[in-house]
Amino acid sequence: MKTMLMSANYAAARATVSARVEVVAAYPITPATTVPEQIALLSEDGVFKGEFIRVESEHSAMFACIGASSTGARAFTATSSNGLLYMDEGLHWAAAARLPIVISNINRSVSPSWNIHVTHDDSMSKRDTGWIQFYSASVDELYHTIIQSFKLAEDERVLLPVMVNADGFVLSHTVSTFDYLEPEEVDKFLPPYNPPHWKMDPDDPVSHGNIVFPEHYQEFRYQMHESNKNALTVFEEVEKEYKKLFGKYFGGPIDCYKCDDAEVIFTSQGTIGAEAKDAIDELREEGHKVGNARVRMVRPFPVEKIRELASKVKAFASFDRSASYGFGGPVANDIRASLYHTDYRPFVKSYIGGFGGRDITVPDIKEIVLDTVNVVESGELGPEETWHDLR
Amino acid sequence: MVATKDMPQKEYVLKGNAACAGCQDMVALRHAHKALEGNVIQVVPACCTSVVQSLWPKSCLDIPVLNTAFAASAATASGARAALRAKGITDTTVMVWAGDGGTFDIGIQALSGAFERRTDLLYVCYNNQVYSNTGTQRSGATPLHAQTTTTWYGKKEPEKMLDLIVAAHEPVYQTTANSSYPRDLYDKFKKAKEIEGPKFIHIFLPCPQAWNYPVEIGVEIGKLAVETGYWIMWERLGDEWTLGRQSKRFQDPDNRKDIEEFLKLQGRFSHLFKPKKDEKKIQDLRDFVQHRWDAVLRTFT
Amino acid sequence: MVNEVDINPKTRGDMPKTSYSKPTIGSMGKTGSWRTFSPEINYDECSKCRTCWLHCPEAVISQDEDGTPHIDYDYCKGCGICAQVCPKHCISMVRDLEKKEVEA
Repeated sequence: MKTMLMSANYAAARATVSARVEVVAAYPITPATTVPEQIALLSEDGVFKGEFIRVESEHSAMFACIGASSTGARAFTATSSNGLLYMDEGLHWAAAARLPIVISNINRSVSPSWNIHVTHDDSMSKRDTGWIQFYSASVDELYHTIIQSFKLAEDERVLLPVMVNADGFVLSHTVSTFDYLEPEEVDKFLPPYNPPHWKMDPDDPVSHGNIVFPEHYQEFRYQMHESNKNALTVFEEVEKEYKKLFGKYFGGPIDCYKCDDAEVIFTSQGTIGAEAKDAIDELREEGHKVGNARVRMVRPFPVEKIRELASKVKAFASFDRSASYGFGGPVANDIRASLYHTDYRPFVKSYIGGFGGRDITVPDIKEIVLDTVNVVESGELGPEETWHDLR
Repeated sequence: MVATKDMPQKEYVLKGNAACAGCQDMVALRHAHKALEGNVIQVVPACCTSVVQSLWPKSCLDIPVLNTAFAASAATASGARAALRAKGITDTTVMVWAGDGGTFDIGIQALSGAFERRTDLLYVCYNNQVYSNTGTQRSGATPLHAQTTTTWYGKKEPEKMLDLIVAAHEPVYQTTANSSYPRDLYDKFKKAKEIEGPKFIHIFLPCPQAWNYPVEIGVEIGKLAVETGYWIMWERLGDEWTLGRQSKRFQDPDNRKDIEEFLKLQGRFSHLFKPKKDEKKIQDLRDFVQHRWDAVLRTFT
Repeated sequence: MVNEVDINPKTRGDMPKTSYSKPTIGSMGKTGSWRTFSPEINYDECSKCRTCWLHCPEAVISQDEDGTPHIDYDYCKGCGICAQVCPKHCISMVRDLEKKEVEA
């Protein structure tokens, strides 16, 4: 392991070297572009040993990954925003074909209007594709989560693709240190990918994906659903092993900070969760019993962990950098749904904001948490959802 | 040309499948795979070939088949080829087997991209000139005046000259073929198998369902397409273009059978003959035949 | 390749994770039942030219070493192409029903 200084995108490119990715297919889109740029350079310099396909669209990027993965290769791509949406058909396809592809999605606002800065609408709109979803808070976390994701995706109990999200510009273009692992080190953790059930092989021919009638179609989807849920247990094992081998640990599906005695917990996804630690520290100094729960894994949703937190707190202040238009913040909705059949009844306040790259800083987070503290003190919920910093 | 008795007996298309009786796609598949001898990965987008394989968990194709999305066959094949390269496997043919809709229309971007990248890929378009699988809607390959379920009174535009678009990508090998000439088709696949780089085989094949002709005359219709000059058989290896021996005679319009002989056997053109013969529309198609000859010869010679 | 085995799982416990299929003869069952007319070869006239084998869409015609064709009626869909392409016109299409009546 050695320390490197790079942007998140460059680190993501390095992760493909560390994980011995065999095929990358990618297409440029701001702010993900520097991932394929860097992989191209690493490839031309002979550092990245796999094949890099400079495809003509994101749709083709995902399907080239599907073709590669179906032929038994470890495959990776990176994209953003409209690129992810253009891949949509392939996202569903990869999950239903049970292909352990990993994508680094650099979160960006969806057009129109043109805006290249962060909103989580792109990936949140893909929650129901069957993909496992992570959100990262640092360059180091993004890099290591990509390596871990291959292990998770290729586990036979999971066998599903993984999307590792990172906030556009806030993370993608911010240079920071991270602990780089040589492929020889990662070999101890990640064996070569060997499809357990089928692959395109002239010596053992199968036809993949032909017609399935109503008698069986549902059972394939049921298995996909259960395997997605298995990722919670398997990821726990993956993180444990990774910690033992490399000493790196990022906090499980929900990274908690000062939550043990907290009455109000702030939840969020991505880099805001890192910023929030400072806000929590300041609020603690001001005498408030508050904590920070950074939701790293959005699919499968860590239901039990939410319930565990809910058993101890009086309120959640849930912040979404995206909206399920017409029905609030996506993660706030999931938190509420997780609690309905329990006896825990904390307030769940949904805050939506930070769109189009609008900064969410320590004062914003403090304002949000204090608003929820007031709800606890007054016993009045007030609005169920609040668009923060609405001008 | 290969003698019939020298063609391999082994069948890669297994009997008792879901294809319609008389399906010419199956004839093309049979002989293509006899030539490729099983060492192939076949990528299939949404098309008749995705259905004829039959229902999970059984398939009638005794080769690896990767079904993929409609627009994505050449991209999927690019990925399969890259995976083989990453694993050091060089002798397996990666082949797309796509219909005309999946090639002329929705799949053309991926095809163009894969060829521009000089992907070692055999792209096969089996052209039955219509979206057969969804119930015969017009495609970019549907000929002028043909009746489809989205052109009830006949298509108003002539078909796209895809071969010229593909030729602009300068594939290492490009050819037209026809399911009614299986030995010629077999030879072309044999040749393609040995050449590295982007290759394109465009197979004309009649569809009894969509074209609405008596199922037993599929071979006759395919031959009439050549004998009327409507379908031109040619090959292009690098820059070297040759007119196929089946079509040579028909370069001279005087040797061609009249286009009516091809049209009148097919229900999709029946409105050109009844209740009253539409001379103008038939002449349009006759003119198109010459127009295609002119365009092809102008481009390649 | 598997031959006509019944791989039709009744419960999800018997199912794989995803829908990959094995090459199977008779993947749609005995497709000979689709047939209305059956091809009959007049072997006295047959020149063993293999043209019927060449054009059969269903691959139901097999040949002996010398080119003598045999039709697998279990799967022949009765399209009639073999009869059309036969240069000796020695394959006739016979309505199955009439055939059965004659046999009776």
